[in-house]
Amino acid sequence: MTATPMRTHRRTTVAILAVGAALVIAPPARAQTVAITGGTVFTVSGERIEHGTVVIVDGRIRAVGSDIVVPEDAERIDATGKWVTPGFVAFGTQLGLVEIGSVGETNEGSRSDDAVTPSFNVLEGINPASQLIPVTRIDGTTTALSVPGGGLVSGQAVLIDLAGDDIETMVIRSPAAMVGSVNRDAKSSAGGSRAAVMDRLRRLFDDAMELDERRGDFARRQMQDLAAPADELEALLPAVRGELPFLITANRRSDIANALRLAAEYELDLVLVGAHEGWQVAEAIAVAGVPVALYPLTDVPTYDAPSARLDNAALLTAAGVRVIIATGDSHGAREVRHAAGNAVAYGMPWETALRALTLEPAMALGIDGDYGSITEGKVANVVVWSGDPFELSTVAEHVFIRGALVSMESRQRQLLERYRTLPPSYFRP
Amino acid sequence: MQRRPTVIISAVLLTLAAAPAAAQDRLPWGPESPPYASTYQRRHYPTVVIRNATILTAAGDEIPNGSIAFGDGKILAVGTAVDEPHGALVIDGTGKFVTPGVIDSHSHLGVYAAPATDAESDGNEYPVKANTAYVWAEHSVWPQDPQIPLAVAGGVTTIQVLPGSANLFGGRSVTLKLVPGRSVQEMKFPGAPYGLKMACGENPKRVYGGRGGPATRMGNMAGYRTAFLEARAYAEDWRAYADKDSKEKPDRDLGKETLAEVLMGAIAVQNHCYRADEMLQMLDLAREFGFGIRSFHHAIEAYKIADRLAAAGAAASVWAGWWGFKEEAMDGIYENAALVTQAGARAVLHSDSEDDIQRLNQWAAKAMYAGQQAGIPVTRNDAIRWITANPAWVLGIDTVTGTLEPGKMADVVVWSGDPFSVYARAEQVYNDGWLVYDRHDPARQFTTDFELGQVTR
Repeated sequence: MTATPMRTHRRTTVAILAVGAALVIAPPARAQTVAITGGTVFTVSGERIEHGTVVIVDGRIRAVGSDIVVPEDAERIDATGKWVTPGFVAFGTQLGLVEIGSVGETNEGSRSDDAVTPSFNVLEGINPASQLIPVTRIDGTTTALSVPGGGLVSGQAVLIDLAGDDIETMVIRSPAAMVGSVNRDAKSSAGGSRAAVMDRLRRLFDDAMELDERRGDFARRQMQDLAAPADELEALLPAVRGELPFLITANRRSDIANALRLAAEYELDLVLVGAHEGWQVAEAIAVAGVPVALYPLTDVPTYDAPSARLDNAALLTAAGVRVIIATGDSHGAREVRHAAGNAVAYGMPWETALRALTLEPAMALGIDGDYGSITEGKVANVVVWSGDPFELSTVAEHVFIRGALVSMESRQRQLLERYRTLPPSYFRP
Repeated sequence: MQRRPTVIISAVLLTLAAAPAAAQDRLPWGPESPPYASTYQRRHYPTVVIRNATILTAAGDEIPNGSIAFGDGKILAVGTAVDEPHGALVIDGTGKFVTPGVIDSHSHLGVYAAPATDAESDGNEYPVKANTAYVWAEHSVWPQDPQIPLAVAGGVTTIQVLPGSANLFGGRSVTLKLVPGRSVQEMKFPGAPYGLKMACGENPKRVYGGRGGPATRMGNMAGYRTAFLEARAYAEDWRAYADKDSKEKPDRDLGKETLAEVLMGAIAVQNHCYRADEMLQMLDLAREFGFGIRSFHHAIEAYKIADRLAAAGAAASVWAGWWGFKEEAMDGIYENAALVTQAGARAVLHSDSEDDIQRLNQWAAKAMYAGQQAGIPVTRNDAIRWITANPAWVLGIDTVTGTLEPGKMADVVVWSGDPFSVYARAEQVYNDGWLVYDRHDPARQFTTDFELGQVTR
């Protein structure tokens, strides 16, 4: 037998974009120049621009400002009276991985064969034809971090733009993050105790690093039993070394403290997910410089977070924590902008909430050089809104993904048209 | 005044969609006074006058710079010029909006209480058998559910608590006023009729498919029909006994009593049913047995049969944005409530959720704006009725509450701004004229036992 026990080939999914590589984003199929004129532009990275112009060329933002010369060949979108923002990032959904919640054959988001599956990369589970993708993007969400779920270390999340016929086109980064948990859901994967969860994670992390240092010993079978199969530990390694963001769900104050402790011990690039009781330890989270991805509408008490409250986002923000507004629900991902509005109603500054849907997730995932704001050179994910995007009365009027206008059709809108007058015609119009 | 039971039965059987009879009417099998009766008592509170607010009455009017007066639990006056009773508490409502208290036609607060361990999971009597019409939701309600004050902070004053949807017949619902209390009886809405939870579709067949059935939708239908036939026979046995045609006193059967009271029109059917074709089957079932379906719940596809719902007089309790969590929920659209309203049927925005019950005004807004943006002519009055007057009708309490009209119960919410804005929050909630919640006064925010000892700011 000549092959070493270590698997030497890279998984094809991972090879689509290696960690840390410069982003090569597929341009729109048809190169075009677009100018969005007259709107109030919320760049997020800088000041808002009244009567601003955004010029998009070949999928990237070419220029933004109030005094921009519109190229002659540009298709013009009149945004007078409209609000223009970066497209929103759905952080922590299973968009593309789930079609019908209760129908297992349409779900690709978790591996049930093991609790520790860091090698599980969800990219090839993504279905570009999912009905959820149009439903979500016509409400202004242009990018999604699709995450695996379940277990202790669920696997690798991928970042996709919500347009494209295949994953090669859609993908922004794969893997984009490692996903794990130290909350109540992790307990059953570690024998039933939070303490055991921490112990198992440390053994995994230690063994991943030791394996990396002693590859020769491992090949000669001169190592002790490892905490997980070698290929799983190898997949975990970038996250243990802090080269890949590590999303860890922790809600109770003590769970958050555990996650922070783990991050400090191993220098993880930690992103706290959930953090329902984060407001209680906001200072510690701020000092650790750890961003928090939270769903702002959580206030029903559980033993996982007895003191959840609706002003969590506001209190964390006030303490200097970088907050990402996340949604855990795939079908409801489109509602995230209203969740942001509620966070504002409970004290989060409006501009911070906008940032929490755009630049903060981009920064946490290390793609802020290309995403998250309306800035010259960045990928042109841009939305023209009828008004304040957080308001219930507002609609997305134009959605650009990589500089191309997306169709505002969805299966839901087709249902509306079919049944607008009764009885319906079941023949195509 | 005591009518003979036989008269009740025969009279009601002739009427298809009879209004629920008053719950206190004596039933042939029942004791003199109904068991587990409401012990609700209105709390004393001064007469209140709110001035300079925008008032959405849910009775057709939106009154800018309006005033409302209420005292002794009743609305005294609403309009642009309202007298100030002596000793009234006067509140400046400048910039505020006033609406009726929000009513949720579909809640599981108390029966699926927080912190949501198995110990509080009391909403579904399953998997026992597909017909559990004999259970009463009120016997599961935990008045100390910490979700209750959260709903109150969202402007909710009244809810219908239903058993879960695992069973064809889930059991009796109960209508509660959201006030603190030691027993569910202290919360029971006085005079509110009972409802019967029925469930169509995927849930019963999923739960009982491997447990003796029903395993199919036709099995579901057979289960309803068999049970109603038995209930009809049960009622006839009692009628024969009451008319002295038979000397044999029938044995009481709690489940058949509930179904027989449905056939008599005393209990309103509250039917969990997603798909359009199944709702039409259920309307046929109701026709077969001569009862009315008060409301379909989770009626994801109501918009496909809005004309038929209007003709049948059945309400559709719907979500605005939920969809896709199961196959029968795939066709949910934002415009559902608007299309139902346009067809002349009653639409209700319900929650079925301890989270969304806190923001029913926002869901009504989303449904309204989606309808308007699609060119469907729905008004702000329609939308506020989706969460007030219409659910009041579904619960059979619309003559008592659900609108801001003189004589109605003073269930009143003061909002910080337009309740159809995401930024508006309920600031004051009056239940029966009593200030049960004030956002700016912690002394006016009740807490449950569970919350004691938890970390607060």
